[in-house]
Amino acid sequence: MLIDSGSPGAPAAIGISLTINGEVRELQVAPWTTLLDLLREELDLTGTKKGCDHGQCGACTVLVNGTRINSCLALAVMKDGAEIVTVEGLARHAGQDGAMHPLQAAFVERDAFQCGYCTPGQLCSAAGMISEGHATSREEIREAMSGNICRCGAYTNIVDAIEDVMHAGAAR
Amino acid sequence: MNRFDYVRPTTVEEAVRAIGSAANARFIAGGTNLVDLMKYNVERPERLVDITRLPLEAIEERDGGLGIGALVTNATVAYDDRIKSRYPLLSSAILAGASGQLRNAATTGGNLLQRTRCYYFYDDAMPCNKRDPGTGCQAIGGVNRIHAIFGTSDTCIATHPSDMCVALSALNATVRVTGPAGERIIPLGEFHRLPGDEPQRDTTLAADEIVLSVDLPDEDFGAHHTYLKLRDRLSYAFALVSVAAVMKRDGDTITEARFALGGVAHKPWRNAEAESSLKGKPATRETFEAAADIVIRQAQPQSENGFKVELARRAIIRGLSQAAAGTPQSQSDKRIA
Ligand SMILES: Cc1cc2nc3c(=O)[nH]c(=O)nc-3n(C[C@H](O)[C@H](O)[C@H](O)COP(=O)(O)OP(=O)(O)OC[C@H]3O[C@@H](n4cnc5c(N)ncnc54)[C@H](O)[C@@H]3O)c2cc1C
Ligand code: SF4
Ligand code: FES
Ligand code: FES
Repeated sequence: MLIDSGSPGAPAAIGISLTINGEVRELQVAPWTTLLDLLREELDLTGTKKGCDHGQCGACTVLVNGTRINSCLALAVMKDGAEIVTVEGLARHAGQDGAMHPLQAAFVERDAFQCGYCTPGQLCSAAGMISEGHATSREEIREAMSGNICRCGAYTNIVDAIEDVMHAGAAR
Repeated sequence: MNRFDYVRPTTVEEAVRAIGSAANARFIAGGTNLVDLMKYNVERPERLVDITRLPLEAIEERDGGLGIGALVTNATVAYDDRIKSRYPLLSSAILAGASGQLRNAATTGGNLLQRTRCYYFYDDAMPCNKRDPGTGCQAIGGVNRIHAIFGTSDTCIATHPSDMCVALSALNATVRVTGPAGERIIPLGEFHRLPGDEPQRDTTLAADEIVLSVDLPDEDFGAHHTYLKLRDRLSYAFALVSVAAVMKRDGDTITEARFALGGVAHKPWRNAEAESSLKGKPATRETFEAAADIVIRQAQPQSENGFKVELARRAIIRGLSQAAAGTPQSQSDKRIA
């Protein structure tokens, strides 16, 4: 057994190690803390948004070991040892220290948002989708991005921005 | 969410011991269904057994077919080259479900064991026989547009929401499980149950058993397959009705055909009589209509889901036509050909 938090019901904090936006963090987390709540409530990384808290909107999308997932449905303790990238670290992760990530620049250029609430999730999801490498056509991008709801309806411009970056071949 | 203790075993043996060591313990894999249900207080486990460190992450050659480890993610299965070339139906069905993010987290075992999306089941202020046995079923005579039309009982009319399992059913997959009493193999058709008078039991898996793998038999349908999913919006929504179909042909004659329906019953719905009616017949619309009628004869719609009967009939005909023509439904171009 790698970890055993003790007898049932005993409120225990468990020690885990996460690399968050390139920085190694040793943390104590209660097992019922989601990755989303850890980021927002305990680490002040409020770029990642809570839209629905139930996997239905994509606002909480982050990259875990390079893969996009919904952080609201992930227990932080289960990600022990993982590398997490949030919207705050996206540019740096792509080697763009001090500048915007190509997707961020394209979203600005294409006006791919209105209120901006879904945007951090859209950006992380698009970065994950591009590195997955399965979508090429506009239809495939729309389908691959269907896990990110935009209640402002900026979808057309979001797909434009993603297409720009895919065609420039610059995203990572 | 309730408080619980957490263990992270590294071997299957440890995991099986850990699940037996607390009343109301649960395995957790991707967490995309269990964490959701815990947030609604529908699931209140005392202990979570994190199985993500178990060695069940491979897709392997097995008896001429493929064995998919319980922890292989839905995305990995869908994009695996061997799955895409030998079992494209499975790949397609998985890609028809959930979203890119969810498929990256969701596992094969978790998908099999995901629970119903019945609104009342999710609302712990409402009575529900599946959540709290004996309290009644609010869906019967209530809001039941998404509910079952086949195999219901007077205690529960819920559906199993998985797309993956509908394809596995048509492919005659088997589920390899183990527990204190040892390993056993459950045919997919016997894995999920009908509600009967025990709607709290979704499957025939015992509480202290763990799924090791899903195994696909050595069989090739070439291009003759399709997964056709009909729903309220074109993506990121559960099926109202879906059809997974596979077929073998000799010229114009159907030599074998199997099809399973999703979104219409407590388990992927097969009809042996309808399938055998296709055998030896020409692959024509009349043949498909006759098979669909055999299935539909058994339908027992609820107060709000009568539309599913006609939707299922048409979906079967269209699905069999797509399989026969070798033109499987695209999961990105949503036009239905
Ligand atoms: C917004 C949303 C939309 C969705 N849309 C779709 C859809 O369109 N189509 C579809 O098919 N699915 C859909 N899903 C469901 C998704 O496919 C499931 O949540 C997922 O497959 C569950 O896998 P998991 O690994 O996350 O399971 P978990 O949440 O970890 O576990 C689910 C259950 O399985 C048990 N379990 C897990 N692994 C094992 C094992 N190896 N042995 C024994 N028990 C085990 C757990 O104890 C738990 O009871 C959707 C989910 C969400 C949140
Ligand atoms: S249909 Fe089943 S799950 Fe839904 S309320 Fe009735 S008993 Fe509960
Ligand atoms: S907050 Fe996670 S999907 Fe909506
Ligand atoms: S920009 Fe407002 S929700 Fe997308």
